[in-house]
Amino acid sequence: MTSTKSTPRSPLLAAYSALVFAFIYLPIGVLIVYSFNRDGVGGFPPRHLTLDWYRQLFSDSAIWDSVINSLIVAAASVALSLTLGLLAALALDRANFPGKALFRRLVLLPLILPGIITGLSLLMFAVFAGMQLSLFTVFLGHGTALISVATTELFAGLQKLDRAQEEASLDLGATPWQTFWLVTLPNLKLSLIAAGLLIFTLSMDEIAVTFFLIGRDNTLPLEIWGRLRRGITPEINAISALIFSVSVAFIVLWYRLRARSMSSAPREFAETS
Amino acid sequence: MYSRTYKTLVAVPPLLWVGIFLLLPYALMFAHSFWLLRDGFLVHRWNLQNYQALFTNPLYLHVFLRTARIAASVTFCSLLLGYPLAYYLSFHAGPRRELLYQFVIIPLWVSYLVRGYAWKTILGSDGVLNGFLQYLHITREPVSFFLYSPFAVILMLTHIYTPFVFLPIYAALEHIPRPLIEASQDLGANRRDTFLRVILPLSIPGLLAGATFAFVLSLGDFLAPLLVGGPSATMIANIVQSLFGAAYDWPLGAAISVGILLVTITLLFATERLEKRWSFK
Repeated sequence: MTSTKSTPRSPLLAAYSALVFAFIYLPIGVLIVYSFNRDGVGGFPPRHLTLDWYRQLFSDSAIWDSVINSLIVAAASVALSLTLGLLAALALDRANFPGKALFRRLVLLPLILPGIITGLSLLMFAVFAGMQLSLFTVFLGHGTALISVATTELFAGLQKLDRAQEEASLDLGATPWQTFWLVTLPNLKLSLIAAGLLIFTLSMDEIAVTFFLIGRDNTLPLEIWGRLRRGITPEINAISALIFSVSVAFIVLWYRLRARSMSSAPREFAETS
Repeated sequence: MYSRTYKTLVAVPPLLWVGIFLLLPYALMFAHSFWLLRDGFLVHRWNLQNYQALFTNPLYLHVFLRTARIAASVTFCSLLLGYPLAYYLSFHAGPRRELLYQFVIIPLWVSYLVRGYAWKTILGSDGVLNGFLQYLHITREPVSFFLYSPFAVILMLTHIYTPFVFLPIYAALEHIPRPLIEASQDLGANRRDTFLRVILPLSIPGLLAGATFAFVLSLGDFLAPLLVGGPSATMIANIVQSLFGAAYDWPLGAAISVGILLVTITLLFATERLEKRWSFK
């Protein structure tokens, strides 16, 4: 594909792209460097590098309580959105039902709409249903909003699936139930894990919807948000640096798995011709 | 090949769930916008007073226009950064393309809060940028206008949405059949003409999709103004948020939300139509 003709050298464009990369990564780099700075989050140059802020962070029980809350919400949201997303993807792929086009759009709305709209709608729903705001309402919000991600990811996985295998399984006498568990699901394993990783990360990092659904117990982003109002210390840099590293690790893993699960697909270029 | 029972079993649970926990909440938002607040209590009487207030109170129009200006600036800046980057990756990056692509899209999924907070530490009056400028003796005293200004909001949101804008543009560029570009070059067009008359028109659908994303998501943002914007950068979603919080007027807040929702959906619908018209068949 890459003939010499299609990759001419263009130093100006390369330099510009390098600047854009710097713009994307420099703020994070600065944040991480100052998490080791003894004298605070600002000033230049950073002097007296120290691990004190990380030490303070590790003995900060409020932060770790919020981490545990976030982990619980994220794990439950993954379970809920993967289950419903898988069913939704199967339905969109294989069944025809009234309102299918509407359903497809509706599911995607939380991904496209600003978080405040989804967050407030769910807040009104919670009040309407007489629910107390708590981690449970946060989980309802995350789990429901992230069905969008699960459905798109798993639908893409289903499209790559070889239906002949399922047909063979049914022809050879397996029940639809057995076929689902023994053929469909194992074939979707990579897509499921990849989608789960992405959803987990998104739930751990979510703030706009959570903002309106949170009760007394904070999730990690909301705990940080609360502290930002009381003034900032490099301790917040330290937890941010950790969040960033963990998120990147998860996203890279998601991306690799996804690439592998899609690798049987025709290359992108081939699709247009 | 799939039985009726199978289809029912897979379709009913997500339909029910999405109906109850997504459609119903959105409908409730809609309903609230036609209700009233009287003596601090919600009155379920259908009326248009909230919408009337939207158009008669100049504050809302003023803030909405500011929000639209900020969102348009974010869209413009993200395109300015995202398009050349996508172009570079698609046509010039060679074997490093796959790796660079990953480097752009990874931040897309990574914590909004962390990336926003980073700007707060950079732009503040005791921030990194001020420290740097004083270190170089460019300024003597801390400059306070970096943080808490519309500029800071535009900068932060541009940082967040550049990868969003990049993604569909890159996909569109990747889908341009390379023989078309070679044909243009073989027929004597220089690089500028090839770009303006072949590549750019064919990438319009991606450009539109990216621009819409950046605009719509910026339009409804309320966290960036709280984090780095300050009062001079209050956006429409901040008004909604305060109406649902301290000001306690849910019906009015719901009416503004419905306004944001309608603008968003209209824009998405319009660009979808345009994308279809421009897309390469």
